[in-house]
Amino acid sequence: MTSAADTLGIYIHVPFCLRKCPYCDFYSCENSLQKRDAYVQAVCRNLDFYGDGRYVDTIYFGGGTPSLLTPKHIETILSHAGVVFELKKPEVTMEINPATVTAETLDGCRRAGVNRISIGVQDLNDEALRTLGRLHTAQQAIDTVYAAREAGFENISCDLMIGTLGQDSGRLRETLERLTSLPITHISAYLLKIEDGTPYAAQNMKQRVPNDDESADLYMEMTDFLRKHGFFQYEVSNFAKKDFESRHNCRYWKCLPYLGIGPAAHSCMDTRFYVPADLDGFINAEKQTVITEDSSPCTIEERIMLGLRLVEGIPLEWLGERQKHLAERFIKAGFMSQSDGRLSFTPAGFLVSNAILAEILYED
Amino acid sequence: MDNIRNFCIIAHIDHGKSTLADRILEQTFTVAKRDMEDQILDNMDIERERGITIKARAVHLNYKAKDGKTYVFNLIDTPGHVDFNYEVSRSLAACEGAILVVDASQGIEAQTLANTYLAIEHDLEVVPVVNKIDLPAADPERVCNEIENIIGIPAMDAPRISAKAGLNIEEVMERIVTDIPAPKGNPDAPLKALIFDSYYDAYKGVVIYIRVKEGTVKVGDTIRLMATGATFTVVEAGYMDTNQLVNTGVLQAGEVGYLTASIKSIGDTQVGDTVTLDDNPCAEPLPGYRKANPMVFSGIYPADGAKYGDLREALEKLQLNDASLTFEPETSIALGFGFRCGFLGLLHMEIIQERLEREYNLDLITTAPSVIYKVTLTNGETLYIDNPTNYPDPAIIREAQEPMVKAEILTPSDYVGNVMDLCQNRRGVFHDMQYIDDTRVSLKYDLPLNEIVYDFFDVLKSRTKGYASFDYELSEYAPSKLVKLDILLNGDIVDALSFIIHADKAYEKARKMVERLKENIPRQLFEVPVQAAIGGKIIARETIKAMRKDVLAKCYGGDITRKKKLLEKQKEGKKRMRSLGTVEVPQEAFMSVLKLDTE
Repeated sequence: MTSAADTLGIYIHVPFCLRKCPYCDFYSCENSLQKRDAYVQAVCRNLDFYGDGRYVDTIYFGGGTPSLLTPKHIETILSHAGVVFELKKPEVTMEINPATVTAETLDGCRRAGVNRISIGVQDLNDEALRTLGRLHTAQQAIDTVYAAREAGFENISCDLMIGTLGQDSGRLRETLERLTSLPITHISAYLLKIEDGTPYAAQNMKQRVPNDDESADLYMEMTDFLRKHGFFQYEVSNFAKKDFESRHNCRYWKCLPYLGIGPAAHSCMDTRFYVPADLDGFINAEKQTVITEDSSPCTIEERIMLGLRLVEGIPLEWLGERQKHLAERFIKAGFMSQSDGRLSFTPAGFLVSNAILAEILYED
Repeated sequence: MDNIRNFCIIAHIDHGKSTLADRILEQTFTVAKRDMEDQILDNMDIERERGITIKARAVHLNYKAKDGKTYVFNLIDTPGHVDFNYEVSRSLAACEGAILVVDASQGIEAQTLANTYLAIEHDLEVVPVVNKIDLPAADPERVCNEIENIIGIPAMDAPRISAKAGLNIEEVMERIVTDIPAPKGNPDAPLKALIFDSYYDAYKGVVIYIRVKEGTVKVGDTIRLMATGATFTVVEAGYMDTNQLVNTGVLQAGEVGYLTASIKSIGDTQVGDTVTLDDNPCAEPLPGYRKANPMVFSGIYPADGAKYGDLREALEKLQLNDASLTFEPETSIALGFGFRCGFLGLLHMEIIQERLEREYNLDLITTAPSVIYKVTLTNGETLYIDNPTNYPDPAIIREAQEPMVKAEILTPSDYVGNVMDLCQNRRGVFHDMQYIDDTRVSLKYDLPLNEIVYDFFDVLKSRTKGYASFDYELSEYAPSKLVKLDILLNGDIVDALSFIIHADKAYEKARKMVERLKENIPRQLFEVPVQAAIGGKIIARETIKAMRKDVLAKCYGGDITRKKKLLEKQKEGKKRMRSLGTVEVPQEAFMSVLKLDTE
């Protein structure tokens, strides 16, 4: 019998995009598709390097735009992983962009071993999609969901953005209604954050998008709506039908080990380390360069910080007396709740969790 | 003694005092030009940046005049700001003459005028000099007329110079020789010397600057400081070169120089005190001595409570060179441990705060400046209140009084309306208005000191496009309708924000304060009422709404370290906040309510 901590999750960062979205600060390269073969070879070399026969129960292709890889590429990587690790009924997720896939690609990916699809829908309002700089329409996104379904995917997640330019309660509701009527199992809904250095930041978008109060209202409406439509919140930004939580992403919040391969990928295996955001460097290196960012991860503070992102929360015994005392104040104020010896945030609490965590984790 | 000339330079800020001093130094070859840093006499950074001379200095020069004789010039520098009026008067008392420098493009300003009158009172020979004649806007003719009209001294033949360009400096030198009288005094009389400045030197102890009026003092003499009664044995006596002390062993009547006598505390060497010999004292001290009393008080707290000890050390060090700075420990519920500091005036306060921050690298929170209020209780007792926290319950106050000043403002006539408005707003009582010439007006007002202690000068400047100048002297206490205004956060009084104000102005001020606090206190997890109250009655209120959202929506593999750092940064940010009950208040919020009228 192996415990969860003995298993590994693998994250593969696929740094290709047709075009960068103006709000995105993940690492990706435009006009580099000709480097895909070399990239896939480098991923396999690194799998060889790290491969130790350990049980792997989740694999995640993130990006960038993983759907810019061909099914053949995916198959090469997954079969390679199967040789050097012990794949144990793995959840294999691939992020795809609505405008980039055909029925054949989807079918090919499923045959290669992908069993969970995460679609970057973002919104189902065309005006909204245009201002987000997306290359697809609402209808194309819907078509992609159905195409994935027809290709045999039973576990489909959609990404959604909250607090975007022009979004109000009515428009959000329309999108949510259309989204929840689709054959999907999971929704990741992110509050827009204007990252420094992105075109959005340069466009003064902070002043133009819904303010904190309006975004908070949108978030509360969304959690409410999704619950009523069978999508249960299990993390700050994640909602799933029963038993369809993302196993891979839960590793992050439960401090379980994960291996990241590819430029800008992060890992947590005894230490936290990452690979420099440099596609050519990654392709040319025998083994990926890694930079340690935290030599003693998964401290109790970190586990509290991450555990409280989950609706299931954390065991109360993780807290000291001062922290429990503080928690009582937050429970009274409606930001937290306590049951069965566990402490967790309410949706209103999730929204201000940074301020609360700063108080709980650090003494004055 | 006939070849000594003791003089100072009177000028408005930026009218060229320091530049002229530099040129005089050059002319006497006291400093080789290439070695000279511009503006030698101003040797503190802050002075140089603000163009203000804070502490007097004196320098000894030799000048070979056209008559073939060599003269000793003692150039005594004077502070140029109203806060240091007393020190100015003591510096003047050390001189026989004063050079009045007036900017040819601007004319006479209020401070110049005040200091010139002071010089005339001290029987100084005033030598007018018109500077900056090379400026396109220069109108020396008009300025000379102005000097004659306002001050009443002949000025038509005043040297017209450009200190910056080095033009006609020699004419000034010759005027010093011909117009300023040589000092008088008997070297054999009992010693009578005036202290006009002092500073603390880590090796020599206190160095006192003196002007010997009568008698002689030598190394080894036992001197007595008449006001404090302290006695010391003279270790060095001599004069001040531009960059060093020259120990000649003796000083006698008519001379300006320095003494050291292993004096440990600058408190013993009060400016204006008389130095005499212990075994052969003079009959009476020189007139005019008074202790420099602080007029403005404010609480100074370290932003980081752990720096309390550092702040005390810094204040002690500053006090070594500044006997007019006072401080004593005080405790605030809001700000923790700090000091109640007393200053001669606003500029003095700002200088001290700036030096603490700059030279001692301290991050400070200061409370609103307060003057000393005089409160008579119903039981007949009289209290002097310099801290709003100590203001008594109105029920037991029979009468409250506040200090008044007589202010003189010179302004271009275009701005008379603005200035009168401002004075009116500040509860000023109009006294007199005079046209100095076609374009300039002198206004005289009685103003409460507490209306000018913080931002009056800034506002005056902004309402007159920088042209008005201002001078004041303390007059007397006058009865006033004073109230104590308290600020409450989340229902609790924040003691550091309380202040005393005239009842008629309380509402407006209260409203502005709560608005400003609302803008400067970040939203908290809970709604926070911000209230202003007089004696328990709420007169203004704002509400800081509860924070709704600060979450990071995404936290996947690559975000964890970043998020951890963000939380740690948030914790660091908290350190810079003051926890008042459950409310976190950034120090900017305390500062933001100090200057409410300037924008």
